[in-house]
Amino acid sequence: MRGRTVTFARSRYGRIALFLGVVVLVQLLTAVADKPFFLTQLTMAAYYTLVTAGLSLLMGYAGQISLGHAAFFAIGGYASGYLTTVDLASSRSASLVALGERLHLLVPRVDLYGGEALSFHPWAAFVLAIALALAVAWLVGVPVLKLKGHYLAMATLGFGTIVYSVLLASQRLGAADGLGSVPPFPLLGGLAVGGGRAGRVANYYVAWVVVALALLVLSNLVQSRVGRALRAIHGAEDAAASMGVDVARYKLRTFVLSAALAAVGGSLLTHFNAGIGPGEAGVMKSVRYVAIVAVGGMGSLWGTVATSAVLTFLSLRGYFGTLDDAVFGGVLILVMLFSPDGVLRLDARGAVAAIRARLTPLPASPREPGGGAAEEKHRSKGVAR
Amino acid sequence: MSLLEVRGLSKRFGGLHAVRDVSFRVERGTVKALIGPNGAGKTTLFNLVSGVLPPDAGTVLLRGEPLDGEPSHRIAARGLSRTFQQIRLFAQMTALENVMVGVHPRSRAGFVAGMLHLPSTWREEKDVERRAREALAFVGAGELADADATSLSYGQQRAVELARALAAEPELLLLDEPAAGLNMRETAELARLIGRIRERGVTVLIVEHDMGLVMKVSDEVAVLSYGQKIADATPRAVQRDPEVIRVYLGDDAC
Repeated sequence: MRGRTVTFARSRYGRIALFLGVVVLVQLLTAVADKPFFLTQLTMAAYYTLVTAGLSLLMGYAGQISLGHAAFFAIGGYASGYLTTVDLASSRSASLVALGERLHLLVPRVDLYGGEALSFHPWAAFVLAIALALAVAWLVGVPVLKLKGHYLAMATLGFGTIVYSVLLASQRLGAADGLGSVPPFPLLGGLAVGGGRAGRVANYYVAWVVVALALLVLSNLVQSRVGRALRAIHGAEDAAASMGVDVARYKLRTFVLSAALAAVGGSLLTHFNAGIGPGEAGVMKSVRYVAIVAVGGMGSLWGTVATSAVLTFLSLRGYFGTLDDAVFGGVLILVMLFSPDGVLRLDARGAVAAIRARLTPLPASPREPGGGAAEEKHRSKGVAR
Repeated sequence: MSLLEVRGLSKRFGGLHAVRDVSFRVERGTVKALIGPNGAGKTTLFNLVSGVLPPDAGTVLLRGEPLDGEPSHRIAARGLSRTFQQIRLFAQMTALENVMVGVHPRSRAGFVAGMLHLPSTWREEKDVERRAREALAFVGAGELADADATSLSYGQQRAVELARALAAEPELLLLDEPAAGLNMRETAELARLIGRIRERGVTVLIVEHDMGLVMKVSDEVAVLSYGQKIADATPRAVQRDPEVIRVYLGDDAC
C-alpha cells in the first residue's frame, strides 16, 4: 500500500497533483497572511516559468544552449499586443478585413479616445503570435543549430540582440515605451487573463494551470521515445545518429517547441499586464532564464520550475533591489562551481565535501587522500537519485 | 546479389591516403572480417560504410542500393547497425534505456505522440522495452538492465553496446574491434555470441586485431595495408598468403 503511494507520488501524474496542491497552498497562505498582492507577482512568475520549462528541455535533454529565449517571449508578447490593439477600422473596405470581421477574427472595441476600433480577437492574435514564433524559431534554428557549445550560445545571443534592437527602434511597436492598453484574454466560463485586481485569484490559478499543462506535456515527452533520443543525443551525438536518431531534426524540433512555449508565456503575460516593453527581449533576461535552468538542474523539469517560481517571484517583488542582475549572475557562478547538476541534486554533505575540496590545497577528507572527496560526491549523487 | 558491396572506396585526410580504392563484398548470412596492422584504414573504412564519413570516391551498396551521401541515421534505418571501437554508451541512462535507443528505427512515436502520451504510444513503449530486454538477455546481460550504463565494467559495457546494435534488428551488423579490452574468457564468449548472431540470420562485418577470434568466427577475411586491400579469401588461405605474412611479420619472415 505504502509502496503504491510512493510510486504514485513519483509518477508524472502524481507530481502534477502535488504541484497543483502546492499552488493551492500558496494561494491559501497569501489569503491567511493577508497579502493578496503577492498573487500578481506569482502570476507573472508562472508565465516566465513557461520559458524556463521549455529551456530546461532544450538545455537539459537536447544539450543545446540558447541565449535568445527572451526574444521568443517578446515575439509572442509583442505579436499578441500589437494585433489586439492595432486599428483596422479604416481599412474595412478591404475584402480580407471584411472577411476577418465576418469570421469574428477581428472584433470592434472602444479605443482610448472613445472611438470605435477594429482589432484582432485575442485568440486569433494568440494563434498568429505562436505561429510567428514557430516560424522565426524554425528560420533561426536551421542554420544556428549546426553550431555547438559557445558558438551556439553566441549565435543565439546575436539573434536576441537583433530582436531587442528592432523592438527598440520600431515606432509602431512603441519603441522604448512598448505597447499598452492590451485587452484581457477571454477564456471559457467568464475567466480571463488580465483585467485588473478583481480577477487576481482567478488569474493566479489560470496561470499555474497553464504551467501544469505545459509540465504534463513536457514530462510526457521526456519519458517518451523522443525524450530518450534527446538524452542519447546529449550523451553521444554520433552514436545516437548511428542508432537511427535524426539528430538535426530532433534538435530543431526541441528548439522550436521551447520557443513556442516562451511565446505562449510572452503572449499571456502581455494580456495579464495589459502591455509589454522592449526590456522583455533584453539579453539579461535571456541570461536570467539560463541561470534559472542551471540552478534548477539541467534536465530536471521540476527543479527548474521550483527555482523559476521562487527566484522570479523574489526578483519581481524587488527583494534583490538594485543587485537584481548581479544576484542571477552570482547564482549562476556558484551553481557552476559547486553543483553543475543543479541545486535539487545537491545534498549538504556533498556540498561541504565539494567546497572543502576546492578551498583547501591539501586533501580535505580525513580518509584516503584524494579519493575521499570524489567518493563522497559520487555517493551523494547516488542518494539524490 | 551481395548484401553489402563496396566499390572503389577512397578517403584522404590531407596528405594521408587512409583508404585507397578498396572493393569487397559481404554475402548475406556470413561473417566477414577486416584485418590489418594499426593505421591500415580499417576504422576509416567502417566510418565510410556507416555514413559517419563521406567518401572521396567510390560507392557503398546495401542490397544493391547505393548509400552515397546518406546521413548515418538514415543508413541505420535501412538496416545497418554498428558498435564503436571506443565504447559510446549514453551517459546518465540505464543499460536498458541505452538498448531502447537501439529500437529507435523500429518505432515511430514522434513529438506530438510523445507529448500527448496516447494509448498507442504507451503500447509502442511497452513493445520497445520488451525488444530491448530481449536483446540484453541475448547477449547475456539481462540482469544489468537497471544499472547505470557507464558504471558497468568494460566487458559489460561492450555487451550492452552490442545489445543496443542488435535491438535495431539489423540485417548487417558492423563490429569495430569488439574484443578490444576483453579478457580471454570474455573473448571466447564473444566468439560464441557472434556465432549465435549469425544463426539469427544477421550478416556481420567485423574489424578485429585478435587473430584467434577472427580465424574462429569468420567465413571470409579481407586484409588491408596502408589503405589498400592486399588479400580477400577464406581465413585459411589468408593465413598462408605470403603478402599478408610479409605485412604482419616483416620482410625477414619470408
